[in-house]
Amino acid sequence: MCAAVFLLSLGVAAYATLWERKFAAFLQDRKGPSRAGPAGLLQPIADGVKMFMKEEIIPNVSNRSLFILGPCLFMVTAVMTSVVIPWAKPMMIGGHMYDLQITDINIGTIYLLGVVSIGVYGIMIGGWASNNKFALLGAVRASSQMISYEIAMGIALIALIISSGGSLSLKDIIEGQDKGFANIVWQPLGFLIFFICALAETNRAPFDLPECETELVGGYHTEYSSMKLGLFLFAEYINMFISSAIMAGFYFGGYNFPFASELYASLGLHEGDWLISLIGFGAYFTKIVLFICLFMWVRWTLPRFRYDQLMNLGWKTLLPLSLLNLALTVVVEYFRGNIHF
Amino acid sequence: MQLTNRKIVVSNKEQSFAERIYLPAIFKGMMITASHLFKKSPTINYPEQKRPIANVYRGQHVLKRDENGAERCTSCGMCAVACPAEAITMTSGERKKGEEHLYREEKYAATYEIDMLRCIFCGLCEEACPKEAIFLTDRIVDAGFERKEFVFGKDKLVEKIDQRIDVTKRQTPEVLAFKKIPGLKHNELYDAKKLNKGHKH
Repeated sequence: MCAAVFLLSLGVAAYATLWERKFAAFLQDRKGPSRAGPAGLLQPIADGVKMFMKEEIIPNVSNRSLFILGPCLFMVTAVMTSVVIPWAKPMMIGGHMYDLQITDINIGTIYLLGVVSIGVYGIMIGGWASNNKFALLGAVRASSQMISYEIAMGIALIALIISSGGSLSLKDIIEGQDKGFANIVWQPLGFLIFFICALAETNRAPFDLPECETELVGGYHTEYSSMKLGLFLFAEYINMFISSAIMAGFYFGGYNFPFASELYASLGLHEGDWLISLIGFGAYFTKIVLFICLFMWVRWTLPRFRYDQLMNLGWKTLLPLSLLNLALTVVVEYFRGNIHF
Repeated sequence: MQLTNRKIVVSNKEQSFAERIYLPAIFKGMMITASHLFKKSPTINYPEQKRPIANVYRGQHVLKRDENGAERCTSCGMCAVACPAEAITMTSGERKKGEEHLYREEKYAATYEIDMLRCIFCGLCEEACPKEAIFLTDRIVDAGFERKEFVFGKDKLVEKIDQRIDVTKRQTPEVLAFKKIPGLKHNELYDAKKLNKGHKH
């Protein structure tokens, strides 16, 4: 299961790099990469080979061990977040029910926030160890941005957890959307805040200030080359995949979809049937892909925020909005009878 | 006093709430990009697809042979003189006995080089040629990695004897008739007094 999720993350991230370029091309009336393999499908492999073959440069003035640690940490934390995501309904194999999730920890949401916060260390250490002012500026921006937006994100999640029944486990949150509506119905504002914060957390445009080419050369990865640079860039796509999965799970029902139980009943499927898992996974994956497309659509539409605009948006707009959302949620849930004083 | 009406009033008014939360503007922008998603891309996948070109397209030059396979060029240098980019250089050779099947007249171009990076593909060489020897064709000059690769010698310019290159699109009867008009620069060649002018090779 572990290996499957790992490979899934890597595979999706690899093809997200291709799709990013294709999608950008379509939005700009171009065709995108089309040379490597049919319709450019082997492009990620070509890119990977290129990255590995490039000359590896570690600056003399850098702190060597930290310089190497940076991208590793960033990559590891990116992959680690996928641990708590339930991919489909449990599957019966040889008379035993298997959860299609690496581990269902009861503090899954907090685990996610925690691991995502560690991710910023990868950038911070990488930028600091480069001993380069552009890299340091990029790293400082990355950390301040991530810290600012994590607060709004966390408060949006608290509201979500209140309205979805109080469990911090991702499995419970997703299962809770099996009957009744997806959480987006009760948390539209919360979703908007979470989505904006997810853009900021993954360093995607319009919040890609840490790697802002125009002012900071390459930001925190200015001094990186070869596969270390590859790890940084690749981890961004893994982050994007995982945050898409989280948003699809938290707000759009994950592997549930409307009239799912009716469909399963009409197909004569029982709980634990592998087909249920497969259809559920298909539904989840479709939602994830749509979210990845949304990420890219935003990136190829919006210019980058100025730094003060970024901080204003984070502290003066999103934080109050998320608090308002939390207050509204408490009121609404009180009248729905989900919380008692 | 107003001198022009190009005055612009700069306003620094406070952003409205809708502008401050960016969302309406973002939505508008995203609709614009989305509308491009379904537009046809104007890209042409070059080596596989080719852009349609005019009949009289001026591409890579060819040095023609006559119907017997002998080179038409007599190294008169008219093309080099006509060339505004000074892309053409040549040296002359004298035909020896037994080479009649190779060269049409007693004098021939021992070397003939066109620097394709200098050439502007204007076609003046073709217009100047009194021997119908040089033509521009619809072939596109190949890409290269080094500058010296773009100096095309006779090996690339003279048409292969078994792979004749069709220039009838450019050498129409009208063009042939036009070239016979007396007084045209290339007809001066027949004027013995002016022969030495512009014939320094």
